[in-house]
Amino acid sequence: MPNPTHRAERVSAPEGSVAFEADVLVIGGGPAGTWAAVGAAERGARVVLADKGFCGTSGATAAAGTGVWYVDPDPALREAAMANREKMGGYLQDRRWMARVLDSTYQHSNRLADWGYPYPVDDRGRSQRNSLQGPEYMRLMRKRTKQAGVTILDHSPALELLVDDDGAVAGASGVRRQKQDRWTVRAKAVVIATGGCAFLSKTLGSNVLTGDGYLMAAEVGAEFSSMEFSNPYAISPAFGSVTKTLFYGWASFTYDDGSVVPGAASKGGRSAIARALLEGPVYARLDKADDEVRRHMRVSQPNFFLPFDRTGIDPFSDRFPVTLRLEGTVRGTGGLRIVDDSCATSVPGLYAAGDAAARELICGGFTGGGSHNAAWAMSSGAWAGQGAADYATQVGSAAGRKLSSAGTLAFRSRPRRAFAPAALTRAVQAEVFPYELNYFREASRLQGALGRLDAAWRDVSEADAAGASDIVQAREAAAMLATARWMYRSALARQESRGMHRRDDFPDQDSRQRHYVTTGGLDEIWTSARPHADASYAEAAE
Amino acid sequence: MIEVVDGERCTSCDICVNVCPTNVFDKTDGIPVIARQGDCQTCFLCELYCPEDALYVSPFADQAQPIDLVALKQTDRMGSYRRAVGWTDETSERRGVDRSYLLFGH
Repeated sequence: MPNPTHRAERVSAPEGSVAFEADVLVIGGGPAGTWAAVGAAERGARVVLADKGFCGTSGATAAAGTGVWYVDPDPALREAAMANREKMGGYLQDRRWMARVLDSTYQHSNRLADWGYPYPVDDRGRSQRNSLQGPEYMRLMRKRTKQAGVTILDHSPALELLVDDDGAVAGASGVRRQKQDRWTVRAKAVVIATGGCAFLSKTLGSNVLTGDGYLMAAEVGAEFSSMEFSNPYAISPAFGSVTKTLFYGWASFTYDDGSVVPGAASKGGRSAIARALLEGPVYARLDKADDEVRRHMRVSQPNFFLPFDRTGIDPFSDRFPVTLRLEGTVRGTGGLRIVDDSCATSVPGLYAAGDAAARELICGGFTGGGSHNAAWAMSSGAWAGQGAADYATQVGSAAGRKLSSAGTLAFRSRPRRAFAPAALTRAVQAEVFPYELNYFREASRLQGALGRLDAAWRDVSEADAAGASDIVQAREAAAMLATARWMYRSALARQESRGMHRRDDFPDQDSRQRHYVTTGGLDEIWTSARPHADASYAEAAE
Repeated sequence: MIEVVDGERCTSCDICVNVCPTNVFDKTDGIPVIARQGDCQTCFLCELYCPEDALYVSPFADQAQPIDLVALKQTDRMGSYRRAVGWTDETSERRGVDRSYLLFGH
């Protein structure tokens, strides 16, 4: 049982700010962040969780429904679950990690049931635990996080990390945007659970996910992995935000004139939709769903129908225009590189969980949706929280440590030019949204985009510190810019097509490139290749 | 995007101000105002949490849309999401009706 006296302590702070002393600071309050906070608190740590929005509604899960990679502990079922997606992921998964995530997800899902999550019961009386309704799930996780004794700071975007003299991460600071003041948390370890980066594309629930944690982590020297796997696009009505790709499995896709788009499908044919969208509008109609499927869809995902019901469209009989919205690393698999079983990053004191961390270990180069990401969020969240708590215990007393702020862009005084966040965001979006740049990649187009993005980075490096009114937007824009550069540098480094990464100039998978691409850096972006475990064993055996 | 805070129904509880993940609303001395509509991500969660069915999120994610509130209130659209997912006490039997497990693997 958590000890309720183990709470983070509010300490005195200069006027216009609040300060806390904690063992573990978790940045981000979605599934990964809340599991991390609970995991750390259950280890006896004093925990603060800071969310940019509201812990309970923030992030890609809260607004949606998600599948969960929940598989009964039957060896044959587990084997099939692991083998099932290996080809799709380009054989970059790691069997040991898949097995431990399946174990952990099973345990955590069963805890959710114990905590009262209303799992549905099927016709044979069995509780079905491979799907979660986002609002219900995250309302429950907020409650459990509070009950564990965690101090939650809502509407409190983190802006920069704090480091000690040895370069170990020791907290963070940010703003409380509804109170117009600042916060500082001195902590012995920090978990980055800020999600991926979807570049403000309005794919459902993702506009809080702008890569903020990546930027903060890079500023203390953290490494990234699999950032080339960052270009999934989700289908939504052209006018709307609800991206529930599963349901488009029952759709037919047509051109303006009503003729069928050849090869178009939600699964295995989305590139045909992207190519058609480059030429003109594409329409969908869910005409392959029979009455029973329609009923299941209605009750399973009511928000899918809001855009239709509110515009008088019957999606089963009417054609409606669709678009593809970039999901970036939210449903890509790239992120902060995990270096051990406790989800530590390459920087002491810094842990990563959920979509902020690379999911290559269980997904390789492809995820088709929430199922694996949801399993990863629970598992990596709990491991990162526990790992951070254990690390904090080892650190011991942090009294007297001298800390400094690690933030770079948008914090430095440069009198010549003002920071213009909105313009920078649009400039980044113009390089990452277009299908011809990001969906279908090719060396000269990637180099062109990188040239413009690198120039934007140099330009914004000369911009002045942002003011109180736009510091959050400025840091978001800087984070998206940095993310785009890690993505495209990694995409250039992988000279083949694998997983979701497709190169027009290298259309085939190359067995010699069964490795991971590591990247990092800010002013200068570097990449390097890391062998996949199996590939290095094979080499050793030769 | 969020279009309506209905002054007739709103009780100034400010729940929407708290729960909006992108901080679209501002508190006032009276009912909350939509202060940053352009930041709305059309996630419908404010509607879900509003106990008075006083909010309406238009499904158009990229552009504002004029709303005829009188006509809107003659439909069942306000609060339709929270009723559909069993968020209210009267509809709580719908909380466990997720049939996604029958749709996966299609």
